[in-house]
Amino acid sequence: MELIRVDGRGRSCPEPVLLTKKALKNNPATVEVIVDNATARDNVRRLAGNSGYEVQISEANDGFIMILKSR
Amino acid sequence: MPFKNKEARLMLMVGAMVAMLAAVLVELGNPANMGLCIVCFLRDTSGALGLHRAGVVQYIRPEIIGISLGAFIMAFSRREFRSRGGSAPFTRFILGIFVVIGALVFLGCPLRMVLRLANGDLNALLGLVGFVAGIFSGVFFLNRGFTLKRTYASVNLEGYLFPALQLVFLVLLVVSPAFIFFSAEGPGSMKAPLIIALVAGVLVGAGAQRSRLCMSGGIRDAILFKDPHLLYGFMGIFAVSLLANLILGNFTLGFTGQPVAHNDGLWNFLGMMLTGFGAVLLGGCPLRQLILGAEGNMDSVITIMGMYVGTAISHNFGLAASGAGVPLNGKVAVMIGFAVVLTIGVLNSEYISIFKVKGDANLGTHSS
Repeated sequence: MELIRVDGRGRSCPEPVLLTKKALKNNPATVEVIVDNATARDNVRRLAGNSGYEVQISEANDGFIMILKSR
Repeated sequence: MPFKNKEARLMLMVGAMVAMLAAVLVELGNPANMGLCIVCFLRDTSGALGLHRAGVVQYIRPEIIGISLGAFIMAFSRREFRSRGGSAPFTRFILGIFVVIGALVFLGCPLRMVLRLANGDLNALLGLVGFVAGIFSGVFFLNRGFTLKRTYASVNLEGYLFPALQLVFLVLLVVSPAFIFFSAEGPGSMKAPLIIALVAGVLVGAGAQRSRLCMSGGIRDAILFKDPHLLYGFMGIFAVSLLANLILGNFTLGFTGQPVAHNDGLWNFLGMMLTGFGAVLLGGCPLRQLILGAEGNMDSVITIMGMYVGTAISHNFGLAASGAGVPLNGKVAVMIGFAVVLTIGVLNSEYISIFKVKGDANLGTHSS
């Protein structure tokens, strides 16, 4: 299965979270989310936590790469 | 349990701090229920600069300067300051104008709405109902793919210009040259001491940056994601403000005789509805725009400039309400505002197509 990617870079609140929510709709095992600010990172992390996903975050060049894994 | 969660606790604490500082500012001279009001204070500042000539609401409010600088310092030290922009700036400018036109018909930004509510001003309850209705309207478009498209990184200097502008305002406030207007009477003349207002602003700005406190975001996220997180800030402000008002003996329940307020229920509702609608499309309430602007988000800076201009329009064109009620011009402006914000909502929602041909028109397929 191909990896689902969400690009939330540059989007204002709450678009990164909405895009992530949409990506999680069919309960995929893994989703990769890229965001470019700490607010979006925290918001996506909260959504993931509330939706039963574990989150790994690594800092990239200009933002954060978040790997969401189904618990 | 939310209160064991670190993020939620921080949010509640920042809300509580904002409420306490607002109470202190009123005790030390700010107008009643106006310890903090972003739109009112932008309005006072634009009046002081002579952008409008309503003599009773002219003062460079140090709270705005403090909030901007506090948020800037906090963002900078947490390495969250980044110059960026380019997401439909002129659309945001116009949304900024109508967000404040709505707020000045209600007489207060969403933050002051909560402070008024905590003082027993029941007119603010109608404002709150309108605000929620406005947020629902915004969420309707978010659910249909509303977006003002993305921002991009911009040159570094750009981001520093907004905090620098606030420093210029601070200099103008301290030096008070003859071309700056300061109210001799009315709400604009009622003010806490400069240093205290400035420091209170810095604390609010730093706290709001750290916690991402947002008045419209709380209700929006509760609707969209069933996530009450941002609402804790709202609740913290309300609870502590209520407590402070009860202790200080300021609490009076009712519709009439409320400070800097009118009791035209319909327009309290519609004014705040317009503000809530616009705020959701902008991604945050006026306070949040200030914080984002100080973090280097130029789109928010443009929005703030729209808000300064909106306050000037409100007073120059006789749109703003007063204790006496809402002028006809203000009612017309709010209706125009709904038409404009609705149009912006429809035309920027990806799943609402008006001009697009079904199956999408592909430029390459046209035969000549």
